[in-house]
Amino acid sequence: MQAFFDIFDIYLLEAVVNGILLGGVLALLALGLNLIFGVIDVTWICYAELVMIGMYAMYFLVQYYGVSYFIAAPLTILLVAALGALLHYLVIAPLLTAPPINQLLATGGVLFVLQSFATVAFGVDFRNLGIRLPVLSLGEMNFSYARLLSFIAALFGMVAVYLFMTRTFTGTAIRAISQDRQIMALMGVDTRRIYLITSALGGALAGLAACLLVLQYDVHPFVGLTFGPITFLICVLGGLGNFIGGFIASFVFAEIISLGGLFSDLEWGYVLAFAFFIVMMFIRPAGLLARRR
Amino acid sequence: MIRSSAGALAGLAALIALPFVYREPYHLHILVLILIWSFAYTSWSMMGRFGLVSLGHGGFMGIGAYVTALLWNNFGLSPWLGIPVAMAAAGVLALVVGYPCFRFRITGHYFVLVTLALSGIVLQIITATRDYTGGSLGMTPHRATTNRLLALQFDSKTSWYLIALAVWLVGLLVWHLIDRSMSRYALEAISEDEDAAAAAGVNVTAEKLKITLISALMTALAGALYTQYQMFISPDTVSGIAVSLQMVFAAIVGGLYVSLGPTVGAVITILMAEALRIGFGTAAVGWDNLIYGILLVLFIIFLPQGILGSLVERLKMKRQPSLNA
Repeated sequence: MQAFFDIFDIYLLEAVVNGILLGGVLALLALGLNLIFGVIDVTWICYAELVMIGMYAMYFLVQYYGVSYFIAAPLTILLVAALGALLHYLVIAPLLTAPPINQLLATGGVLFVLQSFATVAFGVDFRNLGIRLPVLSLGEMNFSYARLLSFIAALFGMVAVYLFMTRTFTGTAIRAISQDRQIMALMGVDTRRIYLITSALGGALAGLAACLLVLQYDVHPFVGLTFGPITFLICVLGGLGNFIGGFIASFVFAEIISLGGLFSDLEWGYVLAFAFFIVMMFIRPAGLLARRR
Repeated sequence: MIRSSAGALAGLAALIALPFVYREPYHLHILVLILIWSFAYTSWSMMGRFGLVSLGHGGFMGIGAYVTALLWNNFGLSPWLGIPVAMAAAGVLALVVGYPCFRFRITGHYFVLVTLALSGIVLQIITATRDYTGGSLGMTPHRATTNRLLALQFDSKTSWYLIALAVWLVGLLVWHLIDRSMSRYALEAISEDEDAAAAAGVNVTAEKLKITLISALMTALAGALYTQYQMFISPDTVSGIAVSLQMVFAAIVGGLYVSLGPTVGAVITILMAEALRIGFGTAAVGWDNLIYGILLVLFIIFLPQGILGSLVERLKMKRQPSLNA
């Protein structure tokens, strides 16, 4: 009996640590989504699909053109950043004055476009990078380097965004716009330029997430659906536009998924996360960190 | 008024008589599909027209389809009982998700994201229970050997056409009943300004829950009908985010503020998908959605009222120029 508990504990600890590592990447995605929502007041439903495109970019750069991973990664980040800016320029900008629901649904249309573009262009096969990073053994627990690397890179990405937002003029302008949209235009800030930069930044975060996720997951046109919905739940639970709330919620959800997956399939982890979300909506409807009014 | 209702009656008579005169099975098949999906899109628009944009309807439809098929395959429960059970299940889910959303004022972006996650989760559950549902490979309800009526399985396209027509008509009837009810004014007030509506004495939570429940029940029925007609379901065709977006797209293309708008949307989208399928064969896989997506974006930017909605608007403008001058 004692032996059973020993093994159980080790698996449990492993799942907890894996949850933290997963949380890092989810937090990166939540940060990108929150950034765009906070500044432009738009939710990109197709956010996870941008990540999917980024994963394909990594796959083709590394597998077909033999580019090294560390050169392919910045290229992918640039590409997805450009996609983000393009998305804003083509779809969101003409709809800025339209009802918010229309903006949301238009990005839903983009989700369709990106998914079916990937289906048409790359087929529905599962592809992987073929890079198998070694497994790190710590005591009797096993962690994959891929996850550890992702976690660290995600943290670096978030710190970089934080520094950009607090230490540069553009970053300050972005934060100011998220506080008051009208006044900033009167203060002589070019809102259109700020919106475009924010969209590119959001895209870059999706690109970074793509570089990291491609190490752990196979790419296929519908891969966005495996982490898209969970990212939205995280953002709602953390409070849309609330960076710290999103950060905390990412780790909470990652732990639930990781621990739920311990007892059964990973899919049930997601189901559990959703059930938790519903319960949390009763308890803290305005988000995890909201102050009670 | 009299002329338009006479026209509607004539149109209805023509629709009922159609399968007895015209028997081309492929065309009838397309018509049945159009009617079933029209019903689903109409159900979605009942919420959508009041600003309650749900992307969770793929979930409700999936529950309608899978619960009916699972009860039949595993317990031999006739769809006549299975469909009400499936609808009830979708209804309960709608209430469980809807109540906290409405009670705690989760609106706009938040509501869309929550419902989006809902349809994602239903898809995950269907995939996770692959031992019963066949996962992403889909499932087929067992063929009934003896009593086809009990199993709600018919080979004749004519019977299916009439069933789908009847259900579609019920959908339009529900739409008109809501149109004439007090709830419509309440919901319109809510979609304009929730706080003002609440201050004016509208029970916001109850009104929203009511329309959500009706919409979810009808969507589940559409899913169950689709199962019984097609005799094959897979997570991609009846559930998930793609199906939810497909509903939104059709409703917006047709126009979600007029009763026949979603139907027009269904006609356009299904004919387009079929034309692509025939024109390009298997090479068309993905192309239909690609075109859907681009059109959806273009419609939202340039024609947010939808095709039928814009036509109706224009006719009204012509008839009453003084009002708009």
